[in-house]
Amino acid sequence: MPGLAAALAAGVLFGVGLVVSQMIDPGKVLAFLDVAGRWDPSLALVMVGALAVAIPGFRLAQRRDAPVLGGRFEVPAQRAVDRRLVIGGGIFGVGWGLVGFCPGPAIASLAFGRLESLVFVLAMVAGAWVYHMYPARPAPAPA
Amino acid sequence: MTIEGFTPLSALIGGALIGLAATALYAATGRIAGVSGIAGGLLRAGSGDAGWRLLFLAGLVIGAGATGLAAGMPTLRIDASWPVLVIAGLLVGYGTQLGGGCTSGHGVCGIARFSLRSIAATLVFMAAAAGTVFVMRHIIGGA
Repeated sequence: MPGLAAALAAGVLFGVGLVVSQMIDPGKVLAFLDVAGRWDPSLALVMVGALAVAIPGFRLAQRRDAPVLGGRFEVPAQRAVDRRLVIGGGIFGVGWGLVGFCPGPAIASLAFGRLESLVFVLAMVAGAWVYHMYPARPAPAPA
Repeated sequence: MTIEGFTPLSALIGGALIGLAATALYAATGRIAGVSGIAGGLLRAGSGDAGWRLLFLAGLVIGAGATGLAAGMPTLRIDASWPVLVIAGLLVGYGTQLGGGCTSGHGVCGIARFSLRSIAATLVFMAAAAGTVFVMRHIIGGA
């Protein structure tokens, strides 16, 4: 049960951060991505702020053998930069650039009752669902 | 290029809150606060750990909504038409699952761990998003 409370609390804090940083606003995100236009560099500082806490934070957390509430650190096992990572990142980036929503802000924005948020999130779930129904096979080994 | 709408302080503070949320979840439970990964896990059959995932995602909405109530509703500039919202949502959903993460999982948690995969993925989706905005605004849009 403490694990569930921690997940809720972390989600709440994350949601607060998305609104405070204005990353919740697709227009703000697009203004950051529009480096050739009237550029708003703010979101680079969102990343700086997040990493300034998370880099020492993760390092400190890993001084323990296991998480505070038990279990284990679920660090992704994959190491290689492979084709799926690059193609998936590219597909995600195109979708992100079309609207200005990535998954966190899109879901958090459901709080504000905009129909556009709901449409985007439902489409996002459908896209993820397609992936899990028809998982891309790993690339065959070169002959 | 002109700089416009720069909000460095709220960006840094909001970013720090996001980093704190990611650190707290990792330190307490060992989980990576990647929104696409947390949501995607709900679509995998028989994973049996829906509880914390749903609570984290609910927390995003609660945290965003509470901040809106306390500090005024945030601006959400969503200019995309419905077909674009649907296409972008599908791309974001599919791409983040294929690429194993999004802005939070790769961009914050992965980089905080100095993961080469996450650094590569972040560069790819940032470049793809900026390229998409360039095409939409300056080539098609003619701005």
